[in-house]
Amino acid sequence: MFLPGFTFKKNSIIPGFGLTMGFTMFYLSFLVLIPLSTIFINTAGLSLHELWGILTAPRLIASYKLTFGTSLAAAAVNAVFGFIIAWVLVRYSFPGKRIIDGLVDLPFALPTAVAGITLTTLYAPNGLLGKFLALFGIKAAYAPLGIVIALTFIGLPFVVRMVQPVLASLDKEIEEAAASLGANRWQTFSKVIFPEVVPALLTGFSLAFARALGEYGSVVFISGNMPMRTEITPLLIMSKLEQYDYGGASAVACALLIVSFLLLLVVNVIQWWHQRRYA
Amino acid sequence: MSIEIANINKKFGAFTALQDINLTIPQGELVALLGPSGSGKTTLLRIIAGLETPDSGQVSFNGKDIADKSIQQREVGFVFQHYALFRHMNVFENIAFGLKVRPRKVRPSKGEIEDKVQELLRLVKLDGFAKRYPGQLSGGQRQRVALARALAVEPEVLLLDEPFGALDAQVRKELRRWLRRLHDELDVTSVFVTHDQEEALDVADHVVILNKGQIEQLGTPEEVYEHPKNPFVYNFLGNVNLFHGRVQDGKLHIGSLEIDAPEYKDSPNAEAISYVRPHDIEIARNPGEGFIPATILFIRSVGYSVHLELRRGDTEDFVEAELSKEQYKELGLKTGEKVFVKPTGLKIFVPEDYSI
Repeated sequence: MFLPGFTFKKNSIIPGFGLTMGFTMFYLSFLVLIPLSTIFINTAGLSLHELWGILTAPRLIASYKLTFGTSLAAAAVNAVFGFIIAWVLVRYSFPGKRIIDGLVDLPFALPTAVAGITLTTLYAPNGLLGKFLALFGIKAAYAPLGIVIALTFIGLPFVVRMVQPVLASLDKEIEEAAASLGANRWQTFSKVIFPEVVPALLTGFSLAFARALGEYGSVVFISGNMPMRTEITPLLIMSKLEQYDYGGASAVACALLIVSFLLLLVVNVIQWWHQRRYA
Repeated sequence: MSIEIANINKKFGAFTALQDINLTIPQGELVALLGPSGSGKTTLLRIIAGLETPDSGQVSFNGKDIADKSIQQREVGFVFQHYALFRHMNVFENIAFGLKVRPRKVRPSKGEIEDKVQELLRLVKLDGFAKRYPGQLSGGQRQRVALARALAVEPEVLLLDEPFGALDAQVRKELRRWLRRLHDELDVTSVFVTHDQEEALDVADHVVILNKGQIEQLGTPEEVYEHPKNPFVYNFLGNVNLFHGRVQDGKLHIGSLEIDAPEYKDSPNAEAISYVRPHDIEIARNPGEGFIPATILFIRSVGYSVHLELRRGDTEDFVEAELSKEQYKELGLKTGEKVFVKPTGLKIFVPEDYSI
């Protein structure tokens, strides 16, 4: 019987499905599946009662809220401003464009600890930028705002690099068509250009979000790590490890992993549905 | 709406796209802008639409200068070669776009939009396709959606940029005939750009032939085909045979051939180039007045007529001829045979007013 989607082999100019697929499975198992499964195996050593106790400790609940809240905020900020940066880089030409284009990737290259220390110095109440914020009574470093700033910094390239090629590939003719039909600039942007970019923007958003959930290096410096207030979940995992509480650390890691996985799944389903509509 | 174009100039850097273009397109006409690529035809169309601004000159609709009107205000329908449909909208939403973006005061109600779109879908023979996305349509269907979308805003001027250029030959022919009928049904002035002379001659009321940013000739399809003004137009509109010769005392000399050319009676001895369409070449078995010997090199008898390629006995030049099937059978021609050919309906150009 012919099952579409389940054909493993097709005649092709470059064969080698068996070899490459085998390598892919081996590689992914080695790098991703086996390490991740040990987390679940470690967690399985705990009884349900213990597990529930660890996962619902007030200090942990507070950290979930903080981690997801700040990650979401940072990803949202990146979605907006990353889009604007991508727009400027694609649509206009100006001197120094290539340099700015290169700057976007810097958060990828910089050690996150360096970023964390730099941001902390800048945004501390007596820092270069923190001084001005203090004038308005805004506290950045050692507060959730500081965490959002750090997470925004490390997530920026994801949105820009996702949106940029899509914007660049958009045909100028569709804008001209919209204009010839009487659409003003805002209508052309919101009804014609933006919907084309949404899938890429969503992908960039979810990548930035996922990256922010697991971020540790840059946040620990700027957050101040006050229990119940500015402690992120990855930090709690770290501190459990330092106390040789491996079971507890894996339990928290599991929870984080499952939630991020579900979130990424939702975004992917939205994308898949979006693409299928006008395949 | 009539379109008047006066003294239009346009340069892109050092490249002159249009040079001193003057053209009037009367209300209700279907006009083709015909020319090779780089001739400026698309630029001219885009200037009329307001997608491009001329360096100097004036475009008027119904005698009113529209220089200060943006494309949104000109209310022209524009159809692109590659359709430029909105991929994320279905056919219905694509066609309704122009109505939905209108300011609230002049926007039709939901029901009116629905009726209008359904009417247009019937017009372009796509009823039942409202819910499809552009990605699910064939090229011809997409172009019809693009046309319906342009017509939804009821423009008085319809501009089409190589509308059938990306379609295969069969669909092309069908769609251009259909466009002609559609144009006659609607009260609209249409201008379309094409590099396909057959397409232009087939459907247009008037053909504007452009080359290197200038208008070479303007006329009805019959006029430009039968009475081409210069060698470029002659060459561009279909196959031709070229004969180099001289004019002297009202006679054209091509090799051993002597042909009357009364219009050059007073001109001095000068070089001349003459053109003959393949179907104006006569072929005979026996020599006669005005015939020159030739050898048949190749015969292609596919379709309604028979195409022959010959080599002249006197100058070794190639000659292309076209015969009807009956003539061909009567003569019983075969490859390699020696025959005699006679050019008729020669068009003579003396090359001081042009360069080739």
